[in-house]
Amino acid sequence: MRKALAVFLFLLSPVAAHGAGGETAHLDKVHIDLNDMASLQRGARIFVNFCLSCHSASYMRYERMAADLGIDEQIVQSDLMFASDKIGDLMTATMSREDAKQWFGTAPPDLSLMARSKGADYIYTYMRSFYLDESTPSGWNNTVFPNVAMPHAMYEWQGNQKAIFVTDDSGNKVFDGFELVKEAKLTPEEYDAAMRDLTNFMVYLAEPAKLSRYTIGFWVTVFLLIMVALTYALKKEFWRDVH
Amino acid sequence: MAKFMEWVDARFPATKVWQEHMAEYYAPKNFNFWYYFGSLAILVLVIQIVTGIFLTMHYKPDSQLAFASVEYIMRDVPWGWFIRYMHSTGASMFFVVVYMHMFRGLLYGSFKGPRELVWLIGMVIFVALMAEAFMGYLLPWGNMSYWGAQVIISLFGAIPVIGDGLAEWIRGDFVVSDATLNRFFAFHVILLPLLLVLLVYLHIVALHKVGSNNPDGVDIKKHKDDQGRPLDGIPFHPYYTVKDLFGVMVFLVLYFGIVFFVPEFGGWFLEKDNFAPADILQTPPDIVPLWYFTPFYSILRAVTWEWLPGGAKLWGVMAMGASIAMLFLLPWLDRARVRSIRYRGWMYKTALTIFVIAFVILGYLGTKNPTRIDLFAFPNVYWAQICMILYFLFFLLMPWYTSRDATKPEPDRVTDK
Repeated sequence: MRKALAVFLFLLSPVAAHGAGGETAHLDKVHIDLNDMASLQRGARIFVNFCLSCHSASYMRYERMAADLGIDEQIVQSDLMFASDKIGDLMTATMSREDAKQWFGTAPPDLSLMARSKGADYIYTYMRSFYLDESTPSGWNNTVFPNVAMPHAMYEWQGNQKAIFVTDDSGNKVFDGFELVKEAKLTPEEYDAAMRDLTNFMVYLAEPAKLSRYTIGFWVTVFLLIMVALTYALKKEFWRDVH
Repeated sequence: MAKFMEWVDARFPATKVWQEHMAEYYAPKNFNFWYYFGSLAILVLVIQIVTGIFLTMHYKPDSQLAFASVEYIMRDVPWGWFIRYMHSTGASMFFVVVYMHMFRGLLYGSFKGPRELVWLIGMVIFVALMAEAFMGYLLPWGNMSYWGAQVIISLFGAIPVIGDGLAEWIRGDFVVSDATLNRFFAFHVILLPLLLVLLVYLHIVALHKVGSNNPDGVDIKKHKDDQGRPLDGIPFHPYYTVKDLFGVMVFLVLYFGIVFFVPEFGGWFLEKDNFAPADILQTPPDIVPLWYFTPFYSILRAVTWEWLPGGAKLWGVMAMGASIAMLFLLPWLDRARVRSIRYRGWMYKTALTIFVIAFVILGYLGTKNPTRIDLFAFPNVYWAQICMILYFLFFLLMPWYTSRDATKPEPDRVTDK
């Protein structure tokens, strides 16, 4: 109790807050377009093939994804799901959390809401920022999330990157850029496009209602603006004898 | 119909209540923009209660299930996302409306006699609303919910002697846990809403006893026609019911604009960190309350003088409490002969302007790291200290400057601009 209190006191004191807002990596902007169905479908395929083995998206159902993205349920079942799952199931990971803890030291976080808690730019940049680093257990490191436990899942697509660090005027090691040391299946442009698709899908995944709420909102606004005009006229009529 | 009402009225004063509070309640005819926010506050209260009922049908007050149940509402419950966004947007809009409503009081001296009780009951509503919002914020069981509650409840620990025990008693545990979530749920959905409805009722009863103030701050009951109706008054119904209906529609355009297009409102209404589940091992980089608490949070953090007896934290908590308590004292701090800002002198006008600027800056700084420089020249904490002093001076010097201020004579009748 004392310790917990000390922690809170510490958090409250302005001095303690120092460093909390510390340097964060530069994030690249990603163009999100939820009307781009083809991109969302490609993103879904990447997500299911690469992410879902270790990560879950346990607030999302396959069925919802199929309906929202216009993918035939048959195709979802044969191509995007594990044989044992049913179409109404939640998107859970293949790997168990216990195994994950043993293999990576930590259980991979659920990805359903990642785009809302971290932001689209974060995911897009993170997925393109893995580099080889012999000092980490997995042999991979990431400039957006230093010493991340996750190895690069898509190295075959992106190829292996080396990070180049330079020393700045005050003697700090500063990240300067990446160098591709091993060619990959995709060109850098193709890889960026694929990661944009994946990010696009994860933005949808974080809030499926986003696909419909703008359209509904438009009509609600139109209706309410008519009501504003009508009630204004009504008020004018009633108040004629006051003014 | 007439027969039916006769039957009812013999047993319940339906017509009498309707007449006293609507059809024959005479309100000044010169209400302006600032007078929409009272009825809007009632509207938002109703929205919160109705959406809240639907949310409780699907929400699970259990630390293992709460976060997932909110996502279940957002995805699997038909229109669940809509109800949830209405509720989360409604919480912030409640404070927008109430802050405007209170500012109206400062502008036109609505807290001054004979409306002291209207103001006091209103202040109790404000405090109850803060408790309601604070407890509701824990329910999604996101990481910011969790750590926000952790920090705020630990404030009670600053009270000498009983502090630690009190904080523990509030939490029902040594840390914020399932027990805390369960009791906050009970308070949020039963105790405080009941209290709020009761207080709003009392607020209106007290108001209708003394009558509404107006932008001129003059007493409309001084001039009545031969039937005893105020010359500058008009029946609340239908005049203000139709006027408020228009206000409601304008409000709903803004409200639903947020609900449908920007429910997170750039992180001001729904914080990024709250889309990650509560994690006792992972403190968010900056623990920040929602915007409506940040002015008071800023005051709490502005007291950093460790040499104070009992430590800076205790004084910070007391300063935060005092910043709210000051508002209760307004009717007795203000010595001006006139109510409305229209007839006050330069002193009150200047003081009020400084107060509003200080309040807004405090609110802004409450969302920022105190050690960083977000304004200019000084770290945020120094600006917060300056603004805190200005905030308190507005109240503490009020008896002095309001009694000395060169007020203009109040008109006899409303000016009807």
